[in-house]
Amino acid sequence: MYPQVLFKNRKPDRIASMEEYRENGGYEAMANVLKNFSYKDVRKLMLDANLLGRGGAAFPAGRKVMTVADDAPFPRYLVCNADEMEPGTFKDRVLIHADPHMLIEGMIIEGYSARAEKGIIFIRPEYESAARILDREIEIAKAAGYLGKNILDSGYDFDIVVHRSGGRYICGEVTAQLKALEGKRPNPKQPPPYATEKGLWGQPTVIQNVETLVCIPHIIRNGAEWFRNLALTETGAGTKIFCVSGKVNRPGCYELPMGIRLSDIIETHAGGMREGAQFKACLPGGASTAFLTPEFYDIEMDFETLKKAGHRLGTGAIMVFDHKTCLVAATLNLTEFFARESCGWCTPCREGFPYLRDLLWRIESGQGQEEYVSTIKQMCHHLWNAYCAFAPGGIAPIESLLAYFKDEVEAHIREKRCPFK
Amino acid sequence: MLPEALNASLQEKISSAEHPRELVVDVMLDLQDHYGYLSDEALEAAASLLDLTPLEVEELATFYTFIYREPVGKYVIHVCDSVVCWMDGYESVQDHLCAKLGIKMGETTADGLFTLLPVCCIGYCDRSPAILINRNVYGPMTPEKLDDILEKLRTEAG
Ligand SMILES: Cc1cc2nc3c(=O)[nH]c(=O)nc-3n(C[C@H](O)[C@H](O)[C@H](O)COP(=O)(O)O)c2cc1C
Ligand code: SF4
Ligand code: FES
Repeated sequence: MYPQVLFKNRKPDRIASMEEYRENGGYEAMANVLKNFSYKDVRKLMLDANLLGRGGAAFPAGRKVMTVADDAPFPRYLVCNADEMEPGTFKDRVLIHADPHMLIEGMIIEGYSARAEKGIIFIRPEYESAARILDREIEIAKAAGYLGKNILDSGYDFDIVVHRSGGRYICGEVTAQLKALEGKRPNPKQPPPYATEKGLWGQPTVIQNVETLVCIPHIIRNGAEWFRNLALTETGAGTKIFCVSGKVNRPGCYELPMGIRLSDIIETHAGGMREGAQFKACLPGGASTAFLTPEFYDIEMDFETLKKAGHRLGTGAIMVFDHKTCLVAATLNLTEFFARESCGWCTPCREGFPYLRDLLWRIESGQGQEEYVSTIKQMCHHLWNAYCAFAPGGIAPIESLLAYFKDEVEAHIREKRCPFK
Repeated sequence: MLPEALNASLQEKISSAEHPRELVVDVMLDLQDHYGYLSDEALEAAASLLDLTPLEVEELATFYTFIYREPVGKYVIHVCDSVVCWMDGYESVQDHLCAKLGIKMGETTADGLFTLLPVCCIGYCDRSPAILINRNVYGPMTPEKLDDILEKLRTEAG
């Protein structure tokens, strides 16, 4: 059993109350910070801890908040990204349902380090139950004096509100999210200016993922070195919530050290492959990552090791496919997702995904032609030139299908049918 | 015309917001709950409450999955058809619902009770195949469980 840091108060059937959170040391880090730390001390600690963003892009959290200039104008905002629409990902939901006050405390400390006075939790509409929990627990934290004006007599003011989205994948992307929060049509907007300079309502804004924020109180309590040492790899830091789904016996969220082997996650923690199923591939971090083949079955799951192998850890949502699952059909399904969720702003993405979906559909239904393979490759190439990171993410499964499962694609075309049916 | 109570509660929410416009999704959802969908009248009410043009509200209404610009049933059933639910057979869930309700995806039953819609991964992949009914999650689904749920909702609706 590895240390449970983020899940230490997790219960099978209910949230941890504020009292339970406090009994286990909750809100001590916040009190300590407000009393003894400058905002720069917090920033430095986050940087030293090597806390990398858990929303998919792995950007160092300390570095991000450091881009809020000392003389940047007020008010400043902190946005907690709880949009979590990456297929296969459900860790933020589980974290909020387990221990909402850990997120509230993380936001207060992060807010302090940015000298922000307002925090906003942006949450997807499918997570209405989590949004209600947050609404209620924020009030409880307020009543305890942890939110509002002059928190614990420190002179620091900070409030949190919950913002419900109307539901679209692109709203998880930073610039689209800021527009959504302003009540504008949420198409992305390439920086500059960066959000930390001119974000929400034109004011300095820091955006972090739920899982990134809940790490912060623990870093304050136990130090940067402790946090780095939680990982099994030299390059990693902290624990990671892996959400495992697909052909395993026990799908679910598991808090494990960063750098744990993929095989260990699947076999020891997710209960192994289902009866009669053999591991064929997995997407290691949501739908916007590439298929990992059995050759990588023992890979250490850390941002850096995956990057070295030409892959991405993304959100750490591991979707497991077995030998009986057709990966052409799986990729078709994933491409349907991107075709549907494209925000429609730029032509390569708006036109490209439906076109790719159509070609994959033809191959899957036995109407494929040999030349489709090169057309798909070329189309993917065009998508690298789309306006935002949505499109390069969306073609990751397709490009890896062609790279690692070429035989399977060719068999569909040659036999004029899906060999798995 | 908006009922007095709804109008008052929306006005209050809006007047306490720093930037009223940030509430546009909330306002649309509230009006939708009242009218059953975001009718033209509801859209115009949202615009005038927030001091926006109807077009500015329309730009958003047509963007979001959970805003309905056409009438829907009392119970909107969203069937997740993303990759994990696909692996676990969402298609049989969908087929069962279509057969039971006698409608195709995207349609509403003649009695106005049920609408069937597809939806992308709803973040409950550990309970696949999963569905939403009026944004409440159910899963993992089997034909028997679906029958029970439909039965319960029918009774609830009277
Ligand atoms: C298309 C797209 C969708 C995204 N969706 C999410 C999301 O749902 N949640 C999230 O935290 N980050 C999402 N991101 C990443 C955010 O842009 C951003 O990097 C992240 O929220 C920053 O927080 P972090 O550094 O703590 O990870 C998305 C990015 C893209 C390009
Ligand atoms: S790449 Fe896709 S999601 Fe991004 S701006 Fe273009 S159309 Fe929108
Ligand atoms: S794929 Fe259906 S809930 Fe995630």
